[in-house]
Amino acid sequence: MSFAWAKQYEPQSAFTKWIDEKLPLPRLVYNAVGAGYPVPRNLNYMWNFGVLAGFFLMVQIITGVVLAMHYAANGLVAFATVEHIMRDVNYGWMLRYAHANGASFFFIVIYMHIFRGFFYSSYKAPREMIWLLGVVIFLLMMATAFMGYVLPWGQMSFWGAQVITGLFGAIPLVGEPIQVWILGGYAPDNAALNRFFSLHFLLPFVIAGVVILHIWALHIPGSSNPTGVEVKQESDTVPFHPYYTAKDGFGLGVVLILFTAMVFFLPNALGHPDNYIEANPLSTPAHIVPEWYFWPFYAILRAFTGDLTIPFTGIVLVQAKLLGVIAMFGSILLWFILPWLDKSPVRSGHYRPLFRKFFWFGLIPTMAVLFYCGGAPAEQPYVLISQLATGYYFLHFLVVLPIISQIEVPKPLPFSITEAVIGKGSAPEAPRAGSVDGGDAGTAPEGSLQPAE
Amino acid sequence: MATDTAATTELSAADEGVRRRDWIHIAALGTAGVGGASVLFPLISQMAPSADVLAASTTDVDVSAIAEGQSIKAVFRKQPLFVRRLTAAEIEEANKVDVGSLRDPQTLAERTKEGHPDLLVTMGVCTHLGCVPLGAAEGESRGDFGGYFCPCHGSHYDTAARIRKGPAPKNLMVPNYEFTSDTVIRVG
Repeated sequence: MSFAWAKQYEPQSAFTKWIDEKLPLPRLVYNAVGAGYPVPRNLNYMWNFGVLAGFFLMVQIITGVVLAMHYAANGLVAFATVEHIMRDVNYGWMLRYAHANGASFFFIVIYMHIFRGFFYSSYKAPREMIWLLGVVIFLLMMATAFMGYVLPWGQMSFWGAQVITGLFGAIPLVGEPIQVWILGGYAPDNAALNRFFSLHFLLPFVIAGVVILHIWALHIPGSSNPTGVEVKQESDTVPFHPYYTAKDGFGLGVVLILFTAMVFFLPNALGHPDNYIEANPLSTPAHIVPEWYFWPFYAILRAFTGDLTIPFTGIVLVQAKLLGVIAMFGSILLWFILPWLDKSPVRSGHYRPLFRKFFWFGLIPTMAVLFYCGGAPAEQPYVLISQLATGYYFLHFLVVLPIISQIEVPKPLPFSITEAVIGKGSAPEAPRAGSVDGGDAGTAPEGSLQPAE
Repeated sequence: MATDTAATTELSAADEGVRRRDWIHIAALGTAGVGGASVLFPLISQMAPSADVLAASTTDVDVSAIAEGQSIKAVFRKQPLFVRRLTAAEIEEANKVDVGSLRDPQTLAERTKEGHPDLLVTMGVCTHLGCVPLGAAEGESRGDFGGYFCPCHGSHYDTAARIRKGPAPKNLMVPNYEFTSDTVIRVG
């Protein structure tokens, strides 16, 4: 599953030849992230975040497995074992801070990764499956992060568990039994804590499995690129190794500087002081907010303050609570149909003037506003502002994007990635063996080049 | 191959001998290697005993109430500790043995503190595979040599808790301890 000109793995020593015959794992790695994977030569640093997300998944799994060696998921001792980790276990403070801030960094790089997908329309054919799997990963991440935040059994943990499981209570008829079933009781307690721990341990490995599918699906069409023009010829690509291992390695170094700065100098900056108070089922903290990475979705949840009624009759169709829950889940589930909402054949935002305006002056400010309102107290003017922002959010995806893709006149695309990089003069290179239809300039429809198996 | 593409021609031109790029390879991989190794250290160190475990590493035992011929079991580092007040006959029996004939040659005097030849403090952990030997409690088998007997694999210890018969390689371990007063010992 690569281009015809991809380098082939050639084992050099007798041992690697023997391995290659029995279990061609080195070949798999070579073709996936080695010299055997041709990648567009024009990727910018926005293409760095997939690798970074994989890195932070590994950080979370490694620090998490280690923390689980010292943590006990029992309501009586959970809070104390976290303190035990912080005070008694060798380097426990460092491992726990790395895990807590690692979650934040995982979300930062994932949001950048999704942002890249939105701007460069990475979700469009032939890459819909990569996008869909990505949304699945994001949902799994949210579930994992939520359950992980419950484990320290502090005040925010407890009330977060109460509020989030309360969302299921909004489902008509079966809501309350479902909430009780999820918690294993009428309020978060030992049963809930234990199952959250079990699932929090399991889900990262499920995520790792879906990540493998995500990368597998990526390697069939190959990576997209900032022009959105598909790879046409060998000169459009460079081997992943050493070109992008080096580039990703540099980006990783920069992110690690930021990450270690947070872990060692601002370890609690992204947390809540209330979570250093042990869970108390009889007292809710005054200002209860989720972790920062849930704020935009929390704002959507709280934006719905009135029931949906039939006008002038007073008959309630949908209660406000349920509306908020539907909108919150809908705001992400919407991404599953995104590839079919944005029908424009042009991928990159660089060549879509109208799309770009609505992206930078519509969607991005909306997300920023939702983010801010999600962390603010549930009072005016934040409620009204989040209502307006929520309205635009859904309008953008459901109305603006489909209309833009019909009426927009895109800018002329470069013929090829090589032309975009080097300029027109040097574009028509002599066709070579392996560069299938690079020569017949202009006539080849975009994406006509089928990657060889 | 790929060497004829524009992006890689500069590489192949300088392919002979030592290249300027070698320096950056070594620097980058060296930095990553040192970084990786230093991350490994806390990941390994976290499995060592934590501060609260280390803090519980001494135990005080009041030995005044132990009558002659009687043993008590205490706990030291989550392991059983045998404290035994030997009778005159037991001391004599222990001293009668030819030390050279023992598997782990030690005299009773070497295994007790000066001035307290009758107080034998040992770990209650068989040196074979770590079971708790019998003999410290009333009515338990004391083995063929009147000391301790490990039922797991049949190790017999004598009245000085020295291995005499069976698979255990060493005498029952005497932990570090001192008398903090005439009647109290501090183990650890």
